[in-house]
Amino acid sequence: MKAFTEHTGVVAPLEAMHVDTDQIIPKQFLKRIERTGYGDVLFYDWRYLDDGTTPNPDFELNRGRYKNASILLAQDNFGCGSSREHAPWALSDYGFRSILAPSFADIFYNNCFNNGLLPITLPGDVVNALFTEVRAQEGYALTVKLAEQEIVKPDGGVITFDIHPFLKQRLLHGWDQIGLTLQHEDKITAYEQAHGIA
Amino acid sequence: MAKTIYQKIWDAHLVAEPEEQDAIVYIDRHYVHEVTSPQAFEGLRLSDRKVRRPELTYATMDHNIPTTKRTGPIADPLSRAQVETLAGNCADFGIACFDMDDQRNGIVHVVGPELGLTLPGMTIVCGDSHTSTHGAFGALAHGIGTSEVEHVLATQTLLQKPSKTMEVRLNGAIQPGVTAKDIVLAIIGRIGTSGGTGYVIEYTGDAIRAMSMEARMTICNMTIEAGARAGLISPDETTFAYLENRPYLPQDKPFDALKEEWRAWASDPGCAYDTVVEIDVDAVEPQVTWGTSPEMVTGISGQTPMLDAEADENKRLAYEKALQYMGLAPGTPITEIAVDKVFIGSCTNGRIEDLREAAHVLKGHAIAPTIKQALLVPGSQQVKRQAEAEGLDRIFIDAGFEWREAGCSMCLAMNDDRLEPGDRCAATSNRNFEGRQGKGGRTHLVSPAMAAAAAVTGRFCDVRSWDYK
Repeated sequence: MKAFTEHTGVVAPLEAMHVDTDQIIPKQFLKRIERTGYGDVLFYDWRYLDDGTTPNPDFELNRGRYKNASILLAQDNFGCGSSREHAPWALSDYGFRSILAPSFADIFYNNCFNNGLLPITLPGDVVNALFTEVRAQEGYALTVKLAEQEIVKPDGGVITFDIHPFLKQRLLHGWDQIGLTLQHEDKITAYEQAHGIA
Repeated sequence: MAKTIYQKIWDAHLVAEPEEQDAIVYIDRHYVHEVTSPQAFEGLRLSDRKVRRPELTYATMDHNIPTTKRTGPIADPLSRAQVETLAGNCADFGIACFDMDDQRNGIVHVVGPELGLTLPGMTIVCGDSHTSTHGAFGALAHGIGTSEVEHVLATQTLLQKPSKTMEVRLNGAIQPGVTAKDIVLAIIGRIGTSGGTGYVIEYTGDAIRAMSMEARMTICNMTIEAGARAGLISPDETTFAYLENRPYLPQDKPFDALKEEWRAWASDPGCAYDTVVEIDVDAVEPQVTWGTSPEMVTGISGQTPMLDAEADENKRLAYEKALQYMGLAPGTPITEIAVDKVFIGSCTNGRIEDLREAAHVLKGHAIAPTIKQALLVPGSQQVKRQAEAEGLDRIFIDAGFEWREAGCSMCLAMNDDRLEPGDRCAATSNRNFEGRQGKGGRTHLVSPAMAAAAAVTGRFCDVRSWDYK
């Protein structure tokens, strides 16, 4: 899996609560059997007009200044709804490396860590202030430092964040979960023998 | 020390607790469907891994399959490819698969319980958020992503952090005409769609004890809509009576012995929870969602919100956007909202009791001439056969409903069953997200009884004062 250590990128704002995974990637794109190629259809229903190809000028992410954004600024309960991993696949494929929000839905949050995508939970007032700053300054970029658990702002100001130590290590090293678990295969076998699973 | 059912199941399934890592938890049952599994099987092939315990895994096709007569292959080539990929993967890796033509086919969360594959005390996962349904049996069950599906296939375990526990105590007795769907919508309205984030919810109280297994499944199913990955209900005589004689029960022990084992999983008296929420169910009326999140819900006597009454700016913005999408003005009484389509089905409300409830309302009535389509999609082929044996299909057909084959259907519109832009639908499913039932479609979540009543009157009405025939 892709590791995450440090990343600097332009921030794009997505001003909506409860952005669900149906919005992140609508169902018609879940029929594919591959893990890649979802970036073009990220936020499909919001991003394109009814013809499905013309960018919707009212969708904030479509503005030129956010074209190469790689950090997404979002609101409460981002990623709620379905467990589809297509959501982090699409965000990642589009070019996002990190998402900042006051809260994330559990399954989505977990799925991000299996795809080298770093979700960062920040207090609501900090997120609201970031929305104001991002819109005020074209090209507004942040540097996310995972080892230090810090976000550095353009003015040099630093926002610190919490993250579970194991999730942090997994991302820093890009560890494969299955490989980690199989280091304990003897214990799985012992559990199965003790429970009559043969 | 008194333990909750969650703590008991967690403790009993711990394989290892490696230092500075998540715990490794054993998975007793893994359900698989066609949408979230192909990349997991591909991952196994790429890393040359096998399925560790194929006999603990069961697959069914549900999301993509047509609900019209299944006489030929699926017309949509992408849907067909996904379904065929699942069949191929199951054959290659030795997994039982209930394919489209199998009489056991249906929505994974309807099929597992009705076959007796879901049992108290189990850990159950599936690449599907509505796996929370199985918690109704006292199984710790939740949705996972595709990477985790691959992890479970390869190791029969999952890396997990312990959750916090929330008790949602349902006091009192439910009024006639009010159902489990109304109760769970009212709970979500109260705690919000992120109210349960980080928690496993255990439902307790007199109202839960009085509920059937179908009703309990509806409650646990929508627990994910409250943000909690899993809902749990301690098993009791109602659970055991439902399970008796189900075809996939363990055969190595008499049923009485199984019952005693299952009973031991129930939460101990006096156990402690991290948070407790109490709901007085006597006061809950039939619920209708008005917005694009399940928490945007009110009673049938209510109205859509007035925007200036909401102090939180983010919420006001969300309400405004939702009302605009739904084509509703602030302060609109729910009973003034007319619908174009009605959908009864899904893993939330596609079980036999749900169909009986809707048929009871529809009997002797016909759908309103303004209804463009009324769909009845049983949750499984077994539910369909049972309903036909009871003559419910005739009631639906006579009333003007289309009587379909089982599947997820218009809950998420991955097959051909979908809303057209602007269509307003009374739906018994679980999500009223923008475009969930089809781009531009407007979904109002309700109980099967409320959906049936709306089909007849053409608008939402209070089923508590229904003219039953």
